Amino acid sequence: MSAPRIERTITYAVLTMFAIGAIYPVISILFLALHTKSDLVTGFAWPTDPKLDSFRAAWDQGSFATGFKSSFIVAAVVTVVSAVLALGTGYAFGTMRFRGDRPLFALFLLGIIFPYEATVIPLYYDFKDVGLLNTYWSLILPQIGQSVAFGTFWMRAFFRSTPRGLVEAARIDGASSFGVLVRVLLPQARPALLTLCALVFTYTWNEFLLALVLVSGAPDKQTAPLGLSFFAGATRAGDPTKVAAAAVLVMLPIVIVYLVLQRHFVRGMLAGAIKG
Amino acid sequence: MAVSADAAAPAAAADAEVEKARRATQRAPGEPRNVAWLYILPGLAFYLLFTLAPLAHTVELSLFDWDGLTPGRYIGFANYREAFSDPLVRESFRHSAELIVFYALIPVVLGLLLTALLTRHPVRGFTFYRTALFLPQMLAGVVVAQAWVWIYASDGPLNELLRTIGLGSLARPWLGDFSWALPAIGGIGTWVTYGLCMVLFIAGAQNIPTSLYDAARVDGAGPLREFFAVTLPGLKNEIVVAFVLTTINALRSFDLIYNTNQGGPGTTTYVPSLYMYQNAFVYNRVGYAAAIAVILAATIFALAFLVIYLTGRGEER
Repeated sequence: MSAPRIERTITYAVLTMFAIGAIYPVISILFLALHTKSDLVTGFAWPTDPKLDSFRAAWDQGSFATGFKSSFIVAAVVTVVSAVLALGTGYAFGTMRFRGDRPLFALFLLGIIFPYEATVIPLYYDFKDVGLLNTYWSLILPQIGQSVAFGTFWMRAFFRSTPRGLVEAARIDGASSFGVLVRVLLPQARPALLTLCALVFTYTWNEFLLALVLVSGAPDKQTAPLGLSFFAGATRAGDPTKVAAAAVLVMLPIVIVYLVLQRHFVRGMLAGAIKG
Repeated sequence: MAVSADAAAPAAAADAEVEKARRATQRAPGEPRNVAWLYILPGLAFYLLFTLAPLAHTVELSLFDWDGLTPGRYIGFANYREAFSDPLVRESFRHSAELIVFYALIPVVLGLLLTALLTRHPVRGFTFYRTALFLPQMLAGVVVAQAWVWIYASDGPLNELLRTIGLGSLARPWLGDFSWALPAIGGIGTWVTYGLCMVLFIAGAQNIPTSLYDAARVDGAGPLREFFAVTLPGLKNEIVVAFVLTTINALRSFDLIYNTNQGGPGTTTYVPSLYMYQNAFVYNRVGYAAAIAVILAATIFALAFLVIYLTGRGEER
């Protein structure tokens, strides 16, 4: 009689262990960040006397005001433009048939598994040629290009799941294709769009290689992750608590968005993956 | 209807109405619709211009000997020949293969083990576990690197733990150790991806009809047989997806390596993307770097397509 109960207890214990394991590194760096250098922290660094000094110091010395501004501008523009573009491509692939639609869609799918490693070299030299190196554009344009690929795939899946009858009825009522999209489908597309925006914003905020290559030469254009990388390289040996504080600052916006929209994130990444 | 009502109106208007009605019927779903191009072109333009064109340009650059400044020289496939015999390229890809074990194989096995434990009864409070398990996926590679540099530090939590449980002799600066640096990086990879695998499999297992489990139990199957006969086949798609995602993760480990060890100590944590970056932007061997980038991209594509092809998922589209 008690065997299932023991089994259940073990199951939850194991699950809890893995969940703690997933969170622990984040907690440990937060603990470290709540100290200052003079605390000479080692080991588990339990914050008995939490201080915010390291956060203040990291924010100023790592010029994260600039980093956050750049990251927000780049991520916001990439997210909005990609979502609008993907609304169009997804609408076309999801509700219309036209010559060459299948190979063209396959071409978009390629973009999903694309590593930036494969495009960053010419991006550097081509942007240099046209004078866009070390500008926001050099980060925005390639990331729109890539996000459109995922967005197309994601929004197409949404539009294919909408009832055919709805679109047909609107068309018979004389609505133009644009009218169908804006008045009939868009109100329903909001959850799918929100998921897409959350994912694209996160990926763009976290992006590192492009920033390292394309805006390293312009301190005022550095993104938050790039700033963190430089700050860590210069500061880690001297004061790990400041680096920890900087890392917490950089992850904070994403963690907040994730906690608020976690259902969207998990659904987006899993559903996107399964259907892919 | 509209057409007949307008029959008495001037011919031009009637024709317009007829034309409109004809177009309306033509717009039935499934009919060819050239207006689709209007919606696709803006997105396609960005994708072509900033993803596909640079890719083609990388392939072109890989055929040149170029330092990034003076005019390049066409040398055919010489960069590729050099890359295939370059010991550091080979070592980098070998490291990537090892990282795949940590990023893909271990998390998938861990995920399956946990799922096997869980499928015997529904999980309550799964939302909480899911939120926690998924967190590592959300974090930037730079941030993950900082967290783990601290965990692995000489006086960091891992060594403290070892000393506390009496295994102090094992304590070491993990990332600075010639034989432990790569497995330590791999451990970070396992941490990043295991939650994804678990959530993927647990969610998938809940879609397996319980009747299959009942049938297995009626047949007297124990937990082990039940797992291999019901759970594993039922999770085929999820396992494929997990392997594709985590393998790609392993091959794209640039952010993590660059922000932890930068290939060191010695060359023990070199990976292709790091070596490519150094050739392109430190040693100014642009053509050679492009060749490595092409080999890396081809490897990622090949692995992804291989897994998808082997499981016949391509047919769905």
